Amino acid sequence: MKHKPRLQKNRSSSNFSEKSQAYLHIHAHALFSSLGRLVRNPFTSAMTIMVMAITISLASGFYLFVVNLQQLTGNVESTNQISLFLKSTVSEKAAKKLAYKISAKNKIETVKFISKDQALEEFKAYSGFGDALNVLDINPLPAVIQVLPKNTLDDIQSIESLMAELSQLYQVDFAQLDMQWIKRLQSMMQLMQRGVFLLTLLLSFAVLFITGNTIRLELQNRRDEVLIAKLVGATHSFIQRPFLYTGFWLGILSGLVAWTIVTIMMIILQGPIERLSGLYDGAFDVSYLGFIETVILMGIAAFLGVLGAWGVLHYQLKQIKPE
Amino acid sequence: MLKFDHVSKRYADAGDALLDVSFDLKQGEIAFLTGHSGAGKSTLLKLIAMMELCSRGHILLDGQNLNKVSEKQIPFIRRKLGIIFQDNKLLQDRTIFDNVALPLIVSGYGYREIRRRVRAALDKVGLLNKEKKYPLALSGGEQQRVGIARAVVNKPRLILADEPTGNLDPELSTEVMQLFEQFQKVGVTVLIASHDVHLLSQMGHRVLTLDHGQLKAS
Repeated sequence: MKHKPRLQKNRSSSNFSEKSQAYLHIHAHALFSSLGRLVRNPFTSAMTIMVMAITISLASGFYLFVVNLQQLTGNVESTNQISLFLKSTVSEKAAKKLAYKISAKNKIETVKFISKDQALEEFKAYSGFGDALNVLDINPLPAVIQVLPKNTLDDIQSIESLMAELSQLYQVDFAQLDMQWIKRLQSMMQLMQRGVFLLTLLLSFAVLFITGNTIRLELQNRRDEVLIAKLVGATHSFIQRPFLYTGFWLGILSGLVAWTIVTIMMIILQGPIERLSGLYDGAFDVSYLGFIETVILMGIAAFLGVLGAWGVLHYQLKQIKPE
Repeated sequence: MLKFDHVSKRYADAGDALLDVSFDLKQGEIAFLTGHSGAGKSTLLKLIAMMELCSRGHILLDGQNLNKVSEKQIPFIRRKLGIIFQDNKLLQDRTIFDNVALPLIVSGYGYREIRRRVRAALDKVGLLNKEKKYPLALSGGEQQRVGIARAVVNKPRLILADEPTGNLDPELSTEVMQLFEQFQKVGVTVLIASHDVHLLSQMGHRVLTLDHGQLKAS
């Protein structure tokens, strides 16, 4: 073995392309060897990935549920009150008296009387048929009593029974219920959106901890390897690279499985959702995870995998010291 | 090349492991480090390999003060060293080739260069025909030589060997020592920790004797 320092120096400094190739090679090797490790321990890997996938699918499934529900409620616009349309034979005085009588009931919050004339004015103002209506000799609109039930009546049944009671009145032509539950549902939706956010946050931490723990075990299994690599001059980033790739694979694979779980669940739910949709005049289609949502799901899953691995490596690699 | 300047190492639980140790190793010099067990041989090697930091004094490696080396630079210091362990520390799930290639891979060499150097190193220790085998398929002496090939593959300036002949019979020990002498001849500095008194007297190299952490003879 002859020592040739000059030749050696030339080789290492001039051959930049070979060095960068070597760097890419190290990355590619870490990428595929970490996948290979997962494949070689199929049982352990599958269990980890399933736990992560179920966690992720909980968050994304709930998200999808809310998205669909939002579509449902978004299409129904309504307020909360019962409108009593009075018979045309009822005089304005009698109608006002009736309104007062109704407002005295203890289930009622407020009552608003709209006379025939007021109704006509309103109709002229909002409908755009003002001039056409002038042609008419008589006012075709009925007088209306708008009844706002008390907030304590928060279930549909009691509101409906109140409506039934009011429609029994002989002055009332017919009663119409403007369902307040839609309004409530809407605010419930806002609550649920926030719920989805919190749940996602919480489950993200779960994914972080699962990956972290898996990487920690992997690190323990490969302790000797890490020690020897350190002793022959491996840098921190060289040692952690394959582990980060393991985290990446765990993340992306569980994202993929989660996507499948959610899609299968949506297929199962499609029938009932469509029947429900039919009740709303087929106002919406079932939403699945779209392309962008899928990309985001995968991205977050992969990111959480890498982050979980990185967090553990950051602390544990320092503790593995050659002795 | 390597200079210990009044170096002491004290462990919180075990007291002084090294006390005021000073010596100099020149480029291309070969030296034995000996002493009873617990005399501080391993501690001394650990300080050079930066597995520990000294409590007092200075260690200069190639003119670089190891006390002033940051955590991030440690890998690059270690790349100047070739370390041989008593228990080989080979990776059982990797082939001989991959084991020897490890120091080159972590230093970012290209595959062609790795291949060339690994084969040269294996040729040197006479194991070129075993490159595809796994460590467990080799005898103890062969495994030790794989460890040596791994230590020299990166063309280190300094070889540290911790009881490299501890598990070998006298004949193999002599063979291993002859290998070290060959590296010495091409300008590599070699520091061998050993308590094999018989071997030491046979070789006639410089001997550093440690006694309870203090350097007795140099």
